[in-house]
Amino acid sequence: MSAIFVILEENNGQISRISWEALAAGAALATQTSLPLHAVVIGASTEALAAEAAAKQVAGVTRIEHALLAQYTPDGWTAALHQFLTANPATYIVFPHTYQVRDYAPALAARMNQVLIGDITGISAGPVFARQLLQGRLSGSYKQTGDGPCFISVQAGAFRADAIAAGSAQIATFAPTIEQPQIRTKPGEPFRASAQTVDLGSAPLIVSVGRGIKEADNLPLVQDLATALGAELAASRPICDNGWLPMERQVGSSGQTVAPKLYLAVGISGAIQHLVGMKASQCIVAINKDPDAPIFEVADYGIVGDLFEVVPALTEAIKSAK
Amino acid sequence: MKIIVAIKQVPDRDAPVRIDASGKWIEESGLQFAMNEPDAYALEEALRLKEAHGGEVIVLSAGPERVGTTIREALAKGADRAIHITADDLGSRDALGVAKLIAEAIKPESPDLILTGLQSEDLGLGQTGVILAELLNLPHASLILHVEAIGSGLKVKRELEAGWFQEIELPTPAVLTIQSGGNKLRYATLMGIKKAKTKELRAVSAADLGQSSAPTVTLEQIALPSKQRSTQILSGSAKEAAAALVEKLKFEVRVI
Repeated sequence: MSAIFVILEENNGQISRISWEALAAGAALATQTSLPLHAVVIGASTEALAAEAAAKQVAGVTRIEHALLAQYTPDGWTAALHQFLTANPATYIVFPHTYQVRDYAPALAARMNQVLIGDITGISAGPVFARQLLQGRLSGSYKQTGDGPCFISVQAGAFRADAIAAGSAQIATFAPTIEQPQIRTKPGEPFRASAQTVDLGSAPLIVSVGRGIKEADNLPLVQDLATALGAELAASRPICDNGWLPMERQVGSSGQTVAPKLYLAVGISGAIQHLVGMKASQCIVAINKDPDAPIFEVADYGIVGDLFEVVPALTEAIKSAK
Repeated sequence: MKIIVAIKQVPDRDAPVRIDASGKWIEESGLQFAMNEPDAYALEEALRLKEAHGGEVIVLSAGPERVGTTIREALAKGADRAIHITADDLGSRDALGVAKLIAEAIKPESPDLILTGLQSEDLGLGQTGVILAELLNLPHASLILHVEAIGSGLKVKRELEAGWFQEIELPTPAVLTIQSGGNKLRYATLMGIKKAKTKELRAVSAADLGQSSAPTVTLEQIALPSKQRSTQILSGSAKEAAAALVEKLKFEVRVI
């Protein structure tokens, strides 16, 4: 029997939101291919997760369970899923595109002589999978041309988590054979670098700065704009990588996710890692010299121009308007 | 420690891109190329490890002749020698096909550590390092910001989502994919650029590595992305555009 398997991930004891989005992508494939949709949970103790998944409209739920899967390791997850997929041939294997999936799914696909089509943003007839290229400046259409199975991972926000209807599915258990020496890495407990003192998530107005600012010495220009507007100052990853602003002011997949009333992006091109952290903002304004910058794909208002001219003019205009 | 750093040459971030006649890739003539930024961080980590513990840093890159300039840049920054996998058809290979080439070129070197950037700025697949680990049957960790040598292995700092981190211990030989921002990147010195000219740069052709290029996944077409919102562009001089934006912020977005 062939099927679509969606590999769900856990976050704080519950199925994560992006996992439901992956399940919605799986459901879209099921509609297109008429294949049954199955959910899979992995861990040392998966009863609650499986129950959560079984309350959705899926043909079945599998618990892949083993004591050595108590904590995520790429070796453990790859071995367990490889055994499961060998015993239960699938046509499509769907993952949420998380840091964890990026860590093992390419190896799992390679072990089965396949290639993961990663970070997809859409599925059209074929199926053809859309994913971004050149940091979001182009989009590419990918197809599985080998024998399969076809591995895909789904970008956060690309499918609607609430698109999955309620249901009542059967739960099965799969016990992989894993020996301790197979697990070569020893993971530590997750930690935060320092206590967060800035909560960008609750700021109603955010002015965010990117690579276009060129030098740390130019930052006061943007700080002045933020102050005039009464907004929090945030940044894209390269600014924090350079140490120009603290990491806690970073917006994007590795930083904070925000959805303020106004997000004003200054000199930010809009790489996907940044966009996933801010595209839900109510109003997005972009100031960038490049009219083709991907930030304009999500912006409500745009100014194409030199930020070193536009930002001071804007700061002055806001001050006189207040 | 013998370290191999796999680096990729990618279109320069600010270079304007045009879709080529085939509709499957961008027009490369006249395009500026640069070292993929996460790979530059991988090289930096390798050079620091060598400075602390001794050993050798070998850079490895696959691609057509133009890749030579990026390899020379890495040598100028301090890598000891280089391997260039010469291939004009990388675009027709999928991630597994390219990783197989790199794995074959790495095998005879038997390094202690293989580093590469976590993803490329052009294709953005983020898979090469992880697939390499699988092909070479080595342990791996991805999204690494810091590497420390301990006893018979390594302790690495891995980035998780939303501002969280994790330490991982693993034995060598190993493969790590490096996240950008862990170190400050060095510039090549004049002396380094001079020395790079005399360093060993060995070319090996994809055909010699004996790997076929039949892909299981194909990029069929590329296109400009569809807009998610309709953007109202405020034109005019900086002053005019700023005034127009303040109008919008005041009367439509209502935040002033």
